[in-house]
Formats: sequence, structure tokens, C-alpha cells
Amino acid sequence: MKKLLIMLIILFCSSIVIAIDKGPVFGDPKLQARYENIISEVRCLVCQNQSIKSSNVFLAVDLRNEIKNLLSDGKSDNEIAEFLVDRYGEFVLYRPRFVGVNIILWLAPLFFLLIGAMIIFNIVKSKTQLTTDSLTGSD
Amino acid sequence: MNIKFYIPVIIFIIMLPIFIVGLSRDKSELPSPLIGKSVPEFTLPSLLDPAELINQSSLKDKFILLNVWATWCVGCREEHDFLVELSKLNILPIIGLNWRDDRDNALTWLNELGNPYALTIEDKAGRTAINLGVYGAPESFLINPEGIIVYKHLGPLTTKIWENRFMPLMGQTR
Repeated sequence: MKKLLIMLIILFCSSIVIAIDKGPVFGDPKLQARYENIISEVRCLVCQNQSIKSSNVFLAVDLRNEIKNLLSDGKSDNEIAEFLVDRYGEFVLYRPRFVGVNIILWLAPLFFLLIGAMIIFNIVKSKTQLTTDSLTGSD
Repeated sequence: MNIKFYIPVIIFIIMLPIFIVGLSRDKSELPSPLIGKSVPEFTLPSLLDPAELINQSSLKDKFILLNVWATWCVGCREEHDFLVELSKLNILPIIGLNWRDDRDNALTWLNELGNPYALTIEDKAGRTAINLGVYGAPESFLINPEGIIVYKHLGPLTTKIWENRFMPLMGQTR
């Protein structure tokens, strides 16, 4: 058990070692946190199942530089997301934004949950009616 | 017969077209959000003459094929012979964007394999490529006389793709 725990700790620490930039990019820890958050949310389009944070393909390097510059220029997270979407399309973001057709994507689970709830409600209702009916019938 | 029996059938019929569309689509090829937009602004040197600076206004006034290439790109080698052939037909000027490449390698490439480009732009830093939404060379953009991107093709160009996808677009707006 203890061994397993140690192995897990090593495993989780190793992900920090994989990070590609050598040392922090920004002196300001707030800016650095925003930078790391953004690059972990941007898909590397060359290697589609990695974020640009964990890829060293030169396009990922270039995009990290571009994001670095935009952050230094004082651009907001939304403006940076827009910059990327304008060039590469919605697919570049791992987390779809709550705009346009994406709204369907965001609301679909809620919609299905409601349908499920309605079905269950109906089944339960018909079953209880059945038992009360049979009870009154036997009385 | 109970109507409940048909519910799974109806769901299946609704899902079927969604799956057909979803499965037959090539997921590595993404639609470019730049179609319908103007060529992004840039100022970059010419590959052949670094003293000459080129900007987006050079990609205007007639249909232009903007081809993003590099010597490290296998697909570019594959389509190069087609580009040379196309340039001989004098249909439209082909402008090359040499992406993230070594200048000497690029010049050797053009000397040895032929130069189909009316003009080659050198994008060493890759920033113009980012503004064009480039993520894998070769990529080819068809730009109309107003300087608006009307089509983008990802991957090597072939005669078939040229005739089926590019030619019709040039006929319509002319």
C-alpha cells in the first residue's frame, strides 16, 4: 500500500517535470498562472491529443510565444481565446465557449437529464397507480 | 401494437444521419475560419532577395494561389511537381510562403526542383503562418482579386483537387 502511494506520488510529480518551458516565463506569478492555464487549454493541432503546453512541435512553441506576447500586451484571457479561434477555429480550444452552436453542446446534458427524469417519473407514477389499483381491488 | 415498441426505432433513425456524417468526415482536416476574410497584414522579406519587403497588398488584384511550404515538409516535395506544371499553364500567379525554414535549404530546393513561384515570402518566425491559421504544411489558399481568402486546402495539391475544388471557385467570381 505504502509502495503504491509512493509510486502514485512519483507519477503525479513527473507531470511537472514534463512541462516544457524551462522555468517560469513571467516574473509575475499571477501572469504566469494565467499563461499556464491558457496553454493547457489550447489544443496542439499538429498532435491533436496534446495541449500546446505539453508539446514541443514548433507550432506549439510558436503559439506559446504568441500567447506570451499577447499576455505581455495586457490582453485578457477572452481576447486571447478569440485570437486563437479567429485563426484556427473553435476546435483549438479544449473547453468550448458558451457562444453560438456551442450552447447546444453545453445544454444537451441538461436536456437529456430532464428527459430521463420525466421518463422515470412516468414509470414510477404508473407503477404506483398499478399497486394502489390492485390494492383497492383486493380490498 | 404498442407505440413504445417504435421508440427505439425512431431514436435509431434520428441517430443514423448524425453518425453517418460524423464518421465519414475527415477529422484531421479542419475548416478554416479565415475563409471569407482578407489576407492578414504582414511585412516579410522575399526569399530570393531579402532586401525586398513584401506585404499583403501584393496578394491582390487577381486570383492568387498562396502555397505554404518548407523543405522539411514531405507533402511539399510530393506536390512540387504539380506546382511546377501549374505555373507553366499561366492560370494565376503562385506565391510561396516559405514557413519556418532554412534559407539555404529553401534556395537549393528551388534551384534543383524548379521554381513555380512568382514570388516567395520568407516567414522564418512563423508569425504570418499563425495569422493564416496554418498548422500543417503544405497548405494552399486561393485568394480572390479583392484580397479575400476563398478557399483553403490542407495537404498536397493534385490535378484532381485543383480541377474539382479550385477551378470552379475562380470561374464563379470572374
